[in-house]
Amino acid sequence: MDDLLKDFLTETAESLEVVDNELVRFEQEPSDKATLNNIFRLVHTIKGTCGFLALPRLEAVAHAGETLLGKFRDGALPVTPAAVTLVLESIDRIKELLAYLETHGVEPNGDDRDIITQLEDAAMGRLSAMAAPTVDIPVVPEGPAPFDEQGNAYDYDLGRYLRPGEVTLAALEAAFRMVDGPVPDPLAAPPPPRAPVEVKVEAKPETKSETKPETRAEARANSGLGGEDDEGGGAGKTHESALAAQSIRVNVDVLEDLMTLVSELVLTRNQLLQMNRVADNTDFKGPLARLSNITAELQDSVMKTHMQPIGNAWKKLPRIVRDTSRDVGKKIDLIMEGDATELDRQVLELIKDPLTHMVRNSCDHGVEKPADRLAAGKSETGTIRLKAYHEGGRIIIEISDDGAGLATSRIRDKALEKGVISPAEAEQMSDAQIQRLIFAPGFSTAAAVTNLSGRGVGMDVVRTNIELIGGVIDLKSVEGQGTVFYIRIPLTLAIMSALVVGAGGQRFALPQLAVVELVRAGDKAHPIETINKAQVFRLRDRLLPLVDLSENLGLDTTSREGPTRFVVVVQVGAQPFGVIVDEVFDTEEIVVKPLASMLRGHEVFSGATILGDGAVIMILDQNALARFVANQDNQPRKQGQDETASNAAVEDGEQSRFLVFRAGGAQPKAAPLSLITRLEDLDATTFEVSDDGYVVQYRGALMSVVHMAGAHAMRREGRQPVLVFHNGARPLGVAVDEIVDIVHDRLNVELASHTPGILGSAVLKGQATEIIDVAYYLNAIDRDWARPVREEKAKSLKRILLVEANPFFRNLLTPLLQAAGYEVAAAAGVEAAHKMRERGLAFDAILSDLDHNAEEAAEFGAGLAHDPLWGPALKIAMSGAPEDASEAAQLVFGACVAKTDRASLIATLAHGLNTRNAA
Amino acid sequence: MKQVEGIPANDDREYVTFEIGGQLFGADVLEVQDVFQPHAITPIPLARTEIAGLLNLRGRIVTAFDARSRLGLTAREPSSAPPMAIGIERDGETYGLLIDRVREVMRPSIESFEANPVHLDARWADVARGVYRLKDRLLVVLDLDRLLDSGVANQAA
Repeated sequence: MDDLLKDFLTETAESLEVVDNELVRFEQEPSDKATLNNIFRLVHTIKGTCGFLALPRLEAVAHAGETLLGKFRDGALPVTPAAVTLVLESIDRIKELLAYLETHGVEPNGDDRDIITQLEDAAMGRLSAMAAPTVDIPVVPEGPAPFDEQGNAYDYDLGRYLRPGEVTLAALEAAFRMVDGPVPDPLAAPPPPRAPVEVKVEAKPETKSETKPETRAEARANSGLGGEDDEGGGAGKTHESALAAQSIRVNVDVLEDLMTLVSELVLTRNQLLQMNRVADNTDFKGPLARLSNITAELQDSVMKTHMQPIGNAWKKLPRIVRDTSRDVGKKIDLIMEGDATELDRQVLELIKDPLTHMVRNSCDHGVEKPADRLAAGKSETGTIRLKAYHEGGRIIIEISDDGAGLATSRIRDKALEKGVISPAEAEQMSDAQIQRLIFAPGFSTAAAVTNLSGRGVGMDVVRTNIELIGGVIDLKSVEGQGTVFYIRIPLTLAIMSALVVGAGGQRFALPQLAVVELVRAGDKAHPIETINKAQVFRLRDRLLPLVDLSENLGLDTTSREGPTRFVVVVQVGAQPFGVIVDEVFDTEEIVVKPLASMLRGHEVFSGATILGDGAVIMILDQNALARFVANQDNQPRKQGQDETASNAAVEDGEQSRFLVFRAGGAQPKAAPLSLITRLEDLDATTFEVSDDGYVVQYRGALMSVVHMAGAHAMRREGRQPVLVFHNGARPLGVAVDEIVDIVHDRLNVELASHTPGILGSAVLKGQATEIIDVAYYLNAIDRDWARPVREEKAKSLKRILLVEANPFFRNLLTPLLQAAGYEVAAAAGVEAAHKMRERGLAFDAILSDLDHNAEEAAEFGAGLAHDPLWGPALKIAMSGAPEDASEAAQLVFGACVAKTDRASLIATLAHGLNTRNAA
Repeated sequence: MKQVEGIPANDDREYVTFEIGGQLFGADVLEVQDVFQPHAITPIPLARTEIAGLLNLRGRIVTAFDARSRLGLTAREPSSAPPMAIGIERDGETYGLLIDRVREVMRPSIESFEANPVHLDARWADVARGVYRLKDRLLVVLDLDRLLDSGVANQAA
């Protein structure tokens, strides 16, 4: 039997059990909407699946049942015991059909007109007049009897839908079925509740069946379906399946227990073997060898209970591809290779959805329309190829298409537009890096959102899901030729292959999945070199950043002997790095045990395991190792989007870019990048001392420079990093000790500060960082800095009201706006703003924050429209993510800008005010 | 009354008693799974001091929790006798509470039970349910949940 059919039978049998119980409950409590909805959903699912598997009889019965249930649900019909009985009967009929299907692999011939008629009648409200169970006889004369008497199914159906004035699918389908052959006369055997089946079975004269009638009858008798007594005995028994005997459902916990026990058995066996080796007792040798073999086989078998062919995850794909390609008007072949490749059931479940999503994506975005393909010189029919194979203890799944490939330029534009990358980053990124941006959150490349994919929750979700199970996803794409996605996943989550390494006298397991290679290092020929404490290693003419495991784990390094070390080359994401260990032991298959809840949050380790010798060792999390690399300040940081994307994947919420630097002291400081115009590395000897500080010639003008840590910290020679701020008229420089990094992170000022010049401390990239009040330093340089332009424009000095609940942004934007030549009043919220209005303060423009409370802001804005004082003012909304701004806000406020985007904020403001003046 | 909760009056409870740093402690027998001698504890780098490490107890990985450290006592002398462990099952996870020495199981009379002295060290008061006045010494009743719980809370902080 087809696997799909088998699954359907198992699933449906389960659903029907539920329906039975729920219906009974429903009958008792007809007002319970939840139960009814549940029943409706289950029956609907059965109907849907039947349609999919081309089982017209089942579908028709289920459909009729569903229609009746639908009337209940809509409240169009009262729930009577008779009606519920009828539904139960239809469920029984479905079970009978299923039982036949199970033994024969095909639906029995014949039809279910009897029950469908009853169901339809009931749906039209005729049943409600009737008394309980023995309702059958009235049905016939009252309902479609005239039509039945004709014995003509077509007329019968015509009659059905003419009268209610509606065409149901069931009626149509029933009509088609009727054409198959002569139909038994239901009147010949007025159907008692469960009788219809017998009538049908015995009267079945069709010959279209694949099996001969005799065989069928025999089989029916065998399966306990043929006899009338059996029918009367209740359909509940009849669907108890032969299938159930072959495969049983076992609680996963039981399987897990089995796994644990077998693991223990293996350990005990190993101990025995070890003891016997030492004692060398020949008496034990034979039995021990047998025990050993049996244990191994047992382990294999238990492992098998966890394994399933990957084909199980692919089963629905052909159908999906067919439907999808039809929907989008494309011609697509799906080729699947290696579907017998086995992997852990758990992993299988977890990759099912990502795979489906990716195949859909390929249909939707990858393969072109036939006309486009022809124009590109390809065959009209596109190909999507799925391929799975084992490689080095993991499974590789390739999903390739011969479609249009990824349009690098379009992705770049979109990434820029969405702010996923900055223009500077975009310039540095290779095509491959750009293409990987499709894994960044909220990224969808489809020009139009279709109902298939392109909802903006695409590849980033796929990526997250795959990474959750310790997998890796990558892609290769050639524009015009197609795209290949590579997914590397572990075979199983429970057992993994691990490299056992030693550091600081302890052993640790490192997932083999992450290990690329092993190198011996530390001797003269292959030295470990350092650049200002950062250890690096020359690996095939590239510098490999190194992390020392012992040091990072705070282990004792005094007992180390000799200079020789091992470097385990690990790859997480795109950047390979080396982990220095003292010893390398072996590769072992380990059973991963989760850490006690007390130890979670301890992110260095992903679990623990018991080795063959009984020792417990910790399993290192490769991602934590990658963090060790990232946290070393002097290490070359990896470039590009990989990092941005991964950060963005874990963090949601408002993110901003920050420049991280040091100035006086080791604690990093940060300032919003959007405020900084340029970063310069100037020759310190060109700085000149003027009467009130340092100046330097910068781009043909004099620029005042102040050092953030005080004048004494200014360098006298060498290079001096300077942050350049610009107010539109002239630049100002703030010197710092060292520029560390640019990070993209959510700002969360955790500790407010009373130190002037420091807004507070925030955690950026896992490190406590002081957030600098830029305005303070700028004012320190030049008290007039914030107002230089104002003098020129004194006549047209504009007053701006800034409504912003977040003190950080208030402090940030006020000087910014002042610097741009506006007079600024800040309100900490809508309430404060209203107070200002009551005091009669007039403004030319009102900037309102949407992030704190969008509704309140929109209401505020709407209220202002008719305000005599503030009505005429230019209203602009600000948000951390303007593209998410609600429509209401968009309507109320003329424009919505990103508050972190200094340039566009000023430009929008200036443009708005100018236009207004002109008007 | 916090001290009496969990110890209903008129009910003489049974306690597994053990010594930590010379003090006699008791834990409700119903909360103790077993008592075992821990072998080969694997230390966990970067973990808090109370967590002694992981050990293999009949094929299960058990987190060893050091009672001395939790109670703010000095670390065990390397020369002293190896610690014993009390197995505690909690939310499906097994913990081994490392103690110095196991004593007998006893059923002290509820008459001799008393609340914690008011000036008891806060760290101790937090995990002690109360004290039994035994004939020759005092028995401090440990609340094992709290003992491990605050460990978790500390971790979160």
